[in-house]
Amino acid sequence: MSEDIQAGLAEILEEVAGVTPADATPEKSFTEDLDVDSLSMVEIATAVEDKFGVAIPDDELGNIKTVGDAISYIQKNQG
Amino acid sequence: MSGILEGKQVLVTGVLTEASIAFATARIAQEQGATVVLSNFGRALSLCQRIAKRLPQEAAVVELDVTNTEHLGSLADRLREAGLDTLDGVVHSIGFAPQEAMGEGFPEVAWEHAATAFQVSSWSYASLAQACRPLLGNPSAIVGLTFDASVAWPVYGWMGAAKAALESVSRYLARELGPEGVRSNIVAAGPLRSMAMKSIPGSAQFEEAWEGRAPLGWSVTDTEPAGKAVVALLSDWFPATTGEIVHVDGGFHAVGV
Repeated sequence: MSEDIQAGLAEILEEVAGVTPADATPEKSFTEDLDVDSLSMVEIATAVEDKFGVAIPDDELGNIKTVGDAISYIQKNQG
Repeated sequence: MSGILEGKQVLVTGVLTEASIAFATARIAQEQGATVVLSNFGRALSLCQRIAKRLPQEAAVVELDVTNTEHLGSLADRLREAGLDTLDGVVHSIGFAPQEAMGEGFPEVAWEHAATAFQVSSWSYASLAQACRPLLGNPSAIVGLTFDASVAWPVYGWMGAAKAALESVSRYLARELGPEGVRSNIVAAGPLRSMAMKSIPGSAQFEEAWEGRAPLGWSVTDTEPAGKAVVALLSDWFPATTGEIVHVDGGFHAVGV
């Protein structure tokens, strides 16, 4: 369910980058809206793998611009 | 089967992601029998703690910012608390240059930016050794990482100059710490797609150069060769080698075009 993924991702964003969970909505850009830099993105990817079992290769990480991108990537690749 | 680091205790600094040479080093060191403690600092600390769980055995993590005098001063005590009563090996995988100090325009870079590169990437090798000195055994080994600094590269800028300084600092440490049984060596790895390399704008051109020229070929995503070399230099199999630079670059440095 994408709501569960969104909630889980919001938890990660809060823990790693101090993002208020209510702000972690699909249309938000990580860098533009949520002030998440490349180091935090790598940590978010690591946490996503730990939580959802979905690895995000570095090449893919660059294509994930918004919270919605991350949600659909996790959804698509979840086993 | 016993490994070449059986029973040894090693500090590996600068583990950031699984793509880092430091991670490969820590993994191989554990596989070879070592007890490993990791360090990182600031915002990278929490990432390091997550990655520490992905090693064959989860490693303890201590905080170490090499620009922080208090961190350096208390390092030995904190390593003892983390379970290392002595150190047989230290891996320096630390380097940083501000974006202003890299790219084109080398002669225009302000001192403050170059100074940061030298402090974090070169001087820290000596200060890390000094901070670990109370724990370093006889024999023991320190290993650093460079990107062959005997020539000038495109876009690497003051990071390259700082790596040249690092290579020199290693020779001075070899001289000063040799009588205490401490070896100091450097691994000059080819380009690898770690955070360190990706943070250099224009670094993709290194990959292309290596692809065409390294006699053994080169994989920009395989940190195992560099990690193995670091572990070998930490081991008792290089007992009379210090102040040396070992190239792990597919042979790139040895050939012309």
